[in-house]
Amino acid sequence: MVSQKENKTTSVQQLIANSRNHKTKKIVEKAMPALLFSAALISILTTFGIVFTLIFETFEFFKRVSITDFLFGTQWLPFSGKEPLFGILPLIAGTLKVTLIAVVVAVPFGIASAIYLSEYANEKTRRTIKPILEVLAGVPTIVYGFFALTFVTPMLQQIIPGLKLFNALSPGIVVGIMILPMITSLSEDAMSSVPNSMREGALALGATKFEVAIKVVLPAALSGIIASVVLAISRAIGETMIVSLAGGSTPKFDLDVTDSIQTMTAYIVQVSTGDAGYGTTIYYSIYSVGFTLFIFTLVMNLIAHYISKRFREVY
Amino acid sequence: MRYIDDSVVMKRMTKRITFNKVWKTLFFLATTFALVMLAILLYRIVTQGIDYLNFNFLTNFASRFADKAGIKAALVGSLWLMGVVAPVSIILGVGTAIYLEEYAKKNRLNDFIRMNISNLAGVPSIVFGLLGLTIFVRMMELGKSILAAGFTMSLLILPVIIVAAQEAIRAVPSEQREASYGMGATKWQTILRVVLPAAIPGILTGSILALSRAIGETAPLVVIGIPVILQFLPDNLLSQFTALPMQIYDWAKRPQEAFQYVAAAGILVLMTVLLLMNSIAIFIRNKFQKRY
Repeated sequence: MVSQKENKTTSVQQLIANSRNHKTKKIVEKAMPALLFSAALISILTTFGIVFTLIFETFEFFKRVSITDFLFGTQWLPFSGKEPLFGILPLIAGTLKVTLIAVVVAVPFGIASAIYLSEYANEKTRRTIKPILEVLAGVPTIVYGFFALTFVTPMLQQIIPGLKLFNALSPGIVVGIMILPMITSLSEDAMSSVPNSMREGALALGATKFEVAIKVVLPAALSGIIASVVLAISRAIGETMIVSLAGGSTPKFDLDVTDSIQTMTAYIVQVSTGDAGYGTTIYYSIYSVGFTLFIFTLVMNLIAHYISKRFREVY
Repeated sequence: MRYIDDSVVMKRMTKRITFNKVWKTLFFLATTFALVMLAILLYRIVTQGIDYLNFNFLTNFASRFADKAGIKAALVGSLWLMGVVAPVSIILGVGTAIYLEEYAKKNRLNDFIRMNISNLAGVPSIVFGLLGLTIFVRMMELGKSILAAGFTMSLLILPVIIVAAQEAIRAVPSEQREASYGMGATKWQTILRVVLPAAIPGILTGSILALSRAIGETAPLVVIGIPVILQFLPDNLLSQFTALPMQIYDWAKRPQEAFQYVAAAGILVLMTVLLLMNSIAIFIRNKFQKRY
């Protein structure tokens, strides 16, 4: 009996030692981390790819168009045959108009619904409304664009008589609806993470729920809320299909929101669908516009990142 | 002697209590705004599109005439596109997530990878289109093919899949890993046979949601220059193709009113595909989600 037992133990050890898979196992153990690391490298390569393409092609563009004309020019007329003008300000103006309208729509509604969901709503209401917001966030932007063009614009034209078919107002409102779920859900997260003891303290002092929400929870969650708004702005700046369907293609450097506009993204779409020949100035111009757009959104994302890191309240 | 005069307290409180009630209603109305918008949007599209949505619409190719226009090429093209995007993005995404969660030590390089992924998630999709146009279409000379568009879309949704997979892997309790090591398993055996199986529901849910985003994404396809009016189906990965959102975009911007209804019918098809994918994701989440 005893010897048998000993035999078994040694045989297990020998099994491990002489295992036929031992060598392959060793190789797999060493190779897998390297293989997985190379998968992780793809995302770094993507970033480098983006930055290098944009810089490289934009550099080509600035060989043909002076950088001061590009940065400070108030006219964007790339298709005017003899003397095309490439001043980016009208495109930036168009983008900012849409973004501003979107923010005016999305911020009050987004934060108000976040307050309702986190401070007033019971568990059941919250569980019904959150998935619906997720559906709203999952609607493709092309569908929103169609909605802006065929529903919101005609409706606004009834209210504002001078409104053009393509304008800044309608896509602005719809972009606002698009970014609303993002603000609501991120702000709600920030407000829900404010500890209950702070609410209870205020309630015990005789504050109403409204006062608790505005004077206690909102300030405590402010960094998270601001970060959500900044992220939403970044999304609005980069939004493409809504503005290119409902915004039009007339870059103008003014403050009019009832007239046709063009945003940075819509210009890239216009050139892409119009098939500008490879190597033409217009072809390179989409990269310079894309680069400007990239800088705008990158700065916004970094600000949001900074705010949520730097000002995170620790309870 | 009474310290508190009830009538004064009530007088002062009434205003604040009414205030609370009024604002509660306002906050609630703001919440319903989003719901009302979603309802209007869906109602509009269903009423506009339902009459055009029939069997012929699904089996016809694109046409200059609204009553003959169909969505066959786009529907098949979108399926081909998913055939590239799903394996590429899931393999790369899950691989990256395993590396970051199981292998990556805390050092500068890995911190950089993490920050880089969160920044990539904030890059507008149209910029990915410019990347795809330069790298895949022109430099690699893949042309306006399924492969070029598929790679572009994969990179676009990669950050979403990585984050979802990271969360799923992190949710596997470390006791399970320790038990596996205790049995003499190696690190990779533990990952492959213990961690991944436990994390798969979460990974799948996140991946399907990311893929449904890729199906609806239009901007990168436009920039790459995917054609719209095709009278044939793709037969290999280097074929030209068109996709659902491209087709819808083309119909939506046509001036003839009839095409609005065709576009709405196309949107109905797209939304049906999306809802189908979302319900599969929710099903997986509910059925397989374990709580430790």
